Amino acid sequence: MKHLTTTLLGAALATATALPAFAQETQVIGVSIPAATHGWAGGMNFHAQEAIDRLEEVYPELDFVLATASDPSKQVNDIEDMLATRNISALVVLPFESEPLTGPVKAVADSGAWVTVVDRGLAQEGIEDLYVAGDNSGFGRVSGEYMTGALPDGGQIVALRGIPTTIDNERVEGFEQAIEGSGIEIIDMEHGNWNRDDSFTVMQDFLSKHDRIDAVWASDDDMAVGVLAAIEAAGRDDVQFVLGGAGMKEMIARTRDGDPMIPANVTYPPAMIATAIELTAVGLTSSAPVSGTFTIGSVLVTQENAEDYYFEDSPF
Amino acid sequence: MKPDLHVLGPILALVALILVGAAMNSNFLSAANVTNVLSRSAFIGIIAVGMTFVITAGGLDLSVGSMAAFIAGLMILVMNGLLPTMGPGWPLVGVGVGAAIVAGLIAGFLNGFLVTTMRIEAFIVTLGTMGIYRSLVTWLADGGTLSLDFGMRTVIRPIYYDGILGISWPIIVFALVAVLGEIVMRRGAFGRHAAAVGSNDQVARYSSVDVNRVRMLTYVFLGLLVGIATIMYVPRLGSASSSTGVLWELEAIAAVIIGGTMLKGGFGRIWGTVIGVLILSLIDNILNLTDGVSPYLNGAIQGVIIILAVILQRERKAGG
Repeated sequence: MKHLTTTLLGAALATATALPAFAQETQVIGVSIPAATHGWAGGMNFHAQEAIDRLEEVYPELDFVLATASDPSKQVNDIEDMLATRNISALVVLPFESEPLTGPVKAVADSGAWVTVVDRGLAQEGIEDLYVAGDNSGFGRVSGEYMTGALPDGGQIVALRGIPTTIDNERVEGFEQAIEGSGIEIIDMEHGNWNRDDSFTVMQDFLSKHDRIDAVWASDDDMAVGVLAAIEAAGRDDVQFVLGGAGMKEMIARTRDGDPMIPANVTYPPAMIATAIELTAVGLTSSAPVSGTFTIGSVLVTQENAEDYYFEDSPF
Repeated sequence: MKPDLHVLGPILALVALILVGAAMNSNFLSAANVTNVLSRSAFIGIIAVGMTFVITAGGLDLSVGSMAAFIAGLMILVMNGLLPTMGPGWPLVGVGVGAAIVAGLIAGFLNGFLVTTMRIEAFIVTLGTMGIYRSLVTWLADGGTLSLDFGMRTVIRPIYYDGILGISWPIIVFALVAVLGEIVMRRGAFGRHAAAVGSNDQVARYSSVDVNRVRMLTYVFLGLLVGIATIMYVPRLGSASSSTGVLWELEAIAAVIIGGTMLKGGFGRIWGTVIGVLILSLIDNILNLTDGVSPYLNGAIQGVIIILAVILQRERKAGG
């Protein structure tokens, strides 16, 4: 209903103001993203909705269709429906998986619509007009560089990995390259699946297995929550700090307030979806060029700059 | 007397795992590690005891994992909501615990009502409620994570981490639930009725067993136990999200079957279920404590051991 009103209002306004010259046509931007099945995706959904609400105010001539999918095949259906029934002029898509989404997104591009791909690239190059990319190996590198700075004399660390995916592999490779030759040794590494409960269990077992752990690369803030609970329950004081990642607001707040266990964070902002929607809107409504690749760097957050990365309203 | 593999199978598998674990890592049998493994087994364990009754009576419940996540979310919301009026303290914990138990009973009753009165297949009913509870918790959490107020978390924390005489509360509760379950299954009329219904509900009906009432009670009992498991779960990390309790239903069902309960119903064994739960958590624990196995293969190793444990007890039948 809201979309409909906006469209009608937009059309009415456009007709009223631009009557003598030409009646401006409403353009539809389709936004297809994975559903909020974990913390980061929840934040991404929040920022997508917020960006759409804001842009509908700013650009009355634009209309938005938002679809969230809980698996790749549902996302394919969503995109096919958008193309067939909504006549979209542009598609902003964060692919669930690269391979299954490549064909349907290519069909959208072939129909002449603008395509913006976010975070996960497609399996075939050159389909998208704009690629807003998160930097996973950069995420690992920044984390590794922080680790070498925080443990200048080297040390024994354990690492928790996410769900086995390309994203996770790129992060770990970036991290390993950054700590190479620094004297920091990863004595153990297991998958915590970006999940609090799994990482709690894995960390408990790491603590049973190793008598000395100097620091933990939890690589994600949800996993850091589980790791911290396990350390606290074991009553161990050899672990100096835990480095999470992705910038969950509770963790950012602890860094801001100077918690010695959470001295830093590395961002992988879910708000990159807002960047993508915004750039797409600019591209459709103005002559400013927005095609190409826009890489969103992973930034190190410490106590000094934590306030800038704290978003009160975001669920993540 | 010739040793009965059907009975010994799960015990042998458990002993073998303990020996392997002890040989691979000297910390395996340390008090800390044993406490960790038993405490984390408690959630699935408490649920699996209830699942044993449901399966024995010829039913199935796929919704328990989602139900646990939903109840955990509800418990956190209730406690956060009443915090300004009641203040942090044990009375508020009592309210949270009450909410979890009531929610568990209602959820179990709903499953039971749809299976018995509405006569819908248990698989379909609980597949449906599984999706419903999973969505509800995602919706309650707005896609993110529901976190218990920090002050409250300190109050409630001892439920998971403390105990009596060095034995933590989850282990004590799990043990109590298992012993009570074993007594009801073995000695109580209810256990016999559940087995009768599961083995042949027509015959049970002619023997004047109230089939629907027995089935209904197994689901309500399971719902109650899911509520109790959630009460143990929430104090651990003080949060719930859509990733809470994922696949708990399959772990619970696997534990029940490893323990020697028949998936088609008619026969159930609570102590076997307890051993099944311990086998499953030990596999995870041993894989984390040892090097040399790629973590990518953890699932495969679990699968092989589950199948082996079940083959061990089927051997007698296959041999005639």
